[in-house]
Amino acid sequence: MSGERASWPLYEVFVRPRRGLNHVHVGSLHAADDRMALLAARDLYTRRNEGVSLWVVRSDAITASSPDEQDPFFAPSGDKVYRHPTFYPIPEDVPHI
Amino acid sequence: MTDDHVYLSLADAAGEPDGEARWAYGTGFADPLLGVDAAPPEGVDPADLAAYCLMLGDDALVLSQRLIQWITRAPELEEEVALANLGLDLLGQARRLLTRAGQLDGTGRSEDELAYWREDFEYRNVRLVELENGDFAQCVARLLMFATARGELYRRLTGHADPVLAAVAALGVKELAYHREYAHSWTVRLGDGTEHSRQRMQAAVDALWPWLDELFTPHEAELRLGVDPSELRDTVLAGLAEVLDEATLSVPEAAPRAYVNGRAGRHGVHTEALGPLLAELQVVARAHPGATW
Amino acid sequence: MEASAEAQSRFEAVVANEQRVEPRDWMPDAYRATLVRQIAQHAHSEIIGMQPEGNWLTRAPSLRRKAILLAKAQDEAGHGLYLYAAAETLGVDRAELTEKLIDGRQKYSSIFNYPTLTFADVGVIGWLVDGAAICNQVPLCRCSYGPYARAMVRICKEESFHQRQGYELLMTLMAGTEGQRRMVQDAVDRWWWPSLMMFGPPDGASPNSERSMAWRIKRHSNDELRQRFVDMTVPQAEILGVTLPDPALAWNEERGSWDFGEPDWSELMQVIKGQGPCNAQRIDRRRAAHEDGAWVREAASAYAAKHGRKGSAQ
Repeated sequence: MSGERASWPLYEVFVRPRRGLNHVHVGSLHAADDRMALLAARDLYTRRNEGVSLWVVRSDAITASSPDEQDPFFAPSGDKVYRHPTFYPIPEDVPHI
Repeated sequence: MTDDHVYLSLADAAGEPDGEARWAYGTGFADPLLGVDAAPPEGVDPADLAAYCLMLGDDALVLSQRLIQWITRAPELEEEVALANLGLDLLGQARRLLTRAGQLDGTGRSEDELAYWREDFEYRNVRLVELENGDFAQCVARLLMFATARGELYRRLTGHADPVLAAVAALGVKELAYHREYAHSWTVRLGDGTEHSRQRMQAAVDALWPWLDELFTPHEAELRLGVDPSELRDTVLAGLAEVLDEATLSVPEAAPRAYVNGRAGRHGVHTEALGPLLAELQVVARAHPGATW
Repeated sequence: MEASAEAQSRFEAVVANEQRVEPRDWMPDAYRATLVRQIAQHAHSEIIGMQPEGNWLTRAPSLRRKAILLAKAQDEAGHGLYLYAAAETLGVDRAELTEKLIDGRQKYSSIFNYPTLTFADVGVIGWLVDGAAICNQVPLCRCSYGPYARAMVRICKEESFHQRQGYELLMTLMAGTEGQRRMVQDAVDRWWWPSLMMFGPPDGASPNSERSMAWRIKRHSNDELRQRFVDMTVPQAEILGVTLPDPALAWNEERGSWDFGEPDWSELMQVIKGQGPCNAQRIDRRRAAHEDGAWVREAASAYAAKHGRKGSAQ
């Protein structure tokens, strides 16, 4: 090998399984450019009728929360129970609410 | 999920609440020929139609065999998966077309009897698809030429009087559009990549170009069926020129490869490459005459 | 990475509670190293494993079998890709793993260093080798490392057709000609013992097993899985009408399991050390594909550099 380690960048692949559903992350692959990533995603992740739409995005374009931030990010919503409809007692015989 | 029994536990995995959405594992496979009337259409000579299905079926079978030879040899793992997909599409077309030929030619031969028990002079594919694989540039160049021409032909055949041929073409037109897209994007990457890749891509196009003409040369059975492949020539050449231009490659000015006493692949006169290809394809089947697999 | 006591205990709690460790979580270096080694070896096995059956792709004796085998070889490439991607979440890259495979620093399953000599081998590989692989892999769907577990769920679902197609092929051959039946028995004779060896050395001689079990990377011991495979396979062999080449095979009423003989571990060690019938051939093929493809990969990178990553053919 020509000492070439400049391999193709990593892409993340998202598939919409059926109309009406969200795209779901299914895995990743390597490709030299966006179009190649899209074709490779089609070949690799939709061999069995798995989807009707694909997204690919360069992995290095994703900004992720870090596990260290888990508590500051997600714990504060834990006590805001008033955001949920079940927080509000309403007599059972009140219609349409 | 338990793993006490392998298959039950697989079923469990599918039953997880978010299982289907998470794995996006598909369902709903369809047979493109389901419900299609197999009776030969009025006013069409079944022998001509059989001969024509054999030509198109042999093209697809031989090219799929060449693609299969790439497996475990592709330049990157993603391309292994891609080339296998193209091979499977062509193999599917071949099976439907050979089956149709066997239904119509009066012999009742199955796809396998046609694939495994004919000699090379009975094969009706164009010579382009049987040539040795060469490098990845040649793989791409051949795919580009074949997919452009066959896609254009299938587009016209979707309205053919034979409902089976029309149904094969209707699926084929979508498959070939993808093959062309794949070959197009690789032609451009190799043509406009490094200096080395440009030379190899140009060499591949130059080497295969003279074989292209056979795809536009009508066989008498085709003409009687109202299909004239010479009508494809301008559209296909223009489509190829566009891709080559985008790839910074030049369109070869090579003369077509000559025939032998006026005959080539469509009449069973092939290159030296077909014999060994068929010998390999047929060896196991022929070692066990009458066996079922 | 310096482990704070808190990070360490959080990791241990996640594993103990059957939750999944995810890529950006803190994890012990040895856990990471074990996973990289295991996942890479698994990925390499999928890719090298394309070759023994791929050997019959061009010669498959019916077009239906050819399509099935091609779809299967393609799945194996796909499974290799899923697994390499799982390994990459641990901070290694695929090109590096491929180089390690090619120069022998990382291993793949020894089973693929045996030759495939007749078309019946395709059926027997599906039945025995994929059957053994499924026994090994299904518990991995619950592995503590999230990306590996998710890859395994997808792989196990896709592979469920691999074993069935093998068994169906063998049933067809056993109902066929005398020559076909002979091919099947011959293939079973050659693949039975190597299949049993796929579960690894006996528990007493498997140094890393205990730690992998504690980390919930591994769920069952080698011998447990081997026994499960034998119990599953013996009745299948009876229905098929083939003889498994082990005179010690006998039903043990007390254990409710089949007793079986001892595989020839010295032969396995030879194969692991690189002396198997096909070790050199398999690696040579993989190396040739990788090196012959270098100009193609470089061209695509050069094209992307020139035109930007969105610049390709539309």
